Amino acid sequence: MDLSLSTRTVGDRTVVEVGGEIDVYTAPKLREQLVELVNDGSYHLVVDMERVDFLDSTGLGVLVGGLKRVRAHEGSLRLVCNQERILKIFRITGLTKVFPIHTSVDDAVSATD
Amino acid sequence: MATVELLFSALPEHVRTARLVAAAVARRAGVDEAVLDEVRLAVGEACSRAVGLHRSVGITTPVRVRLTEDEKKFSIEVGDDAPHTAVAEAVAGSSGTSAMDREEASEAEDDMGLAVISGLVDDVEVSAGESGGVIRMSWPTVPASVLP
Repeated sequence: MDLSLSTRTVGDRTVVEVGGEIDVYTAPKLREQLVELVNDGSYHLVVDMERVDFLDSTGLGVLVGGLKRVRAHEGSLRLVCNQERILKIFRITGLTKVFPIHTSVDDAVSATD
Repeated sequence: MATVELLFSALPEHVRTARLVAAAVARRAGVDEAVLDEVRLAVGEACSRAVGLHRSVGITTPVRVRLTEDEKKFSIEVGDDAPHTAVAEAVAGSSGTSAMDREEASEAEDDMGLAVISGLVDDVEVSAGESGGVIRMSWPTVPASVLP
């Protein structure tokens, strides 16, 4: 399955809904999307990963890259994920300490810490 | 002899195919259903890394994936033809910064790939030499008699 991307604005946050597989082939599309958002002045991003079927280290790299970019503008990048198979990858790489991971988009959008 | 052998051009779009094939063969071999996600991810990481190595060095030979079913385990070998000597040390130290230089991307994807593999797979061995490298991984299989 290919990657699907859609964005919407909720208050001052931009929610990026990602679906499908994020791997070495599709990750560049996600990278482009995140770079474009930051270039357009969206610095508070919520990446909704509930419809992601597969995520590998290339995808993690893109998310870390996105976090670096928004932080340069004092922004934030929050993730929404409840899938154990995806969460496991964040855990074994220690990235749960780097990304705030929320259980719902509502929760991520209203988070301020 | 390997149960299934796969050769693919070092292009990112073929890594998914390798994942699907590996998972299908692993399932047939009797690898626990709960572990198949790990097999899929680990083989994907190994293949992504091999593709990256081939592309960065400009090698046109294919990436090799050997899937072998034994009595008690299922093994995967992912081989590349990129000459690299520093990779093994990088893995041994598990910090691995030497591989970063080869990546055009700023993110440390290659390192993270190895980190994911070593975090996921208990039985893993990474070797590298002048003529290329191999990542060997294996998982225990459930004997056919106890399969549902």
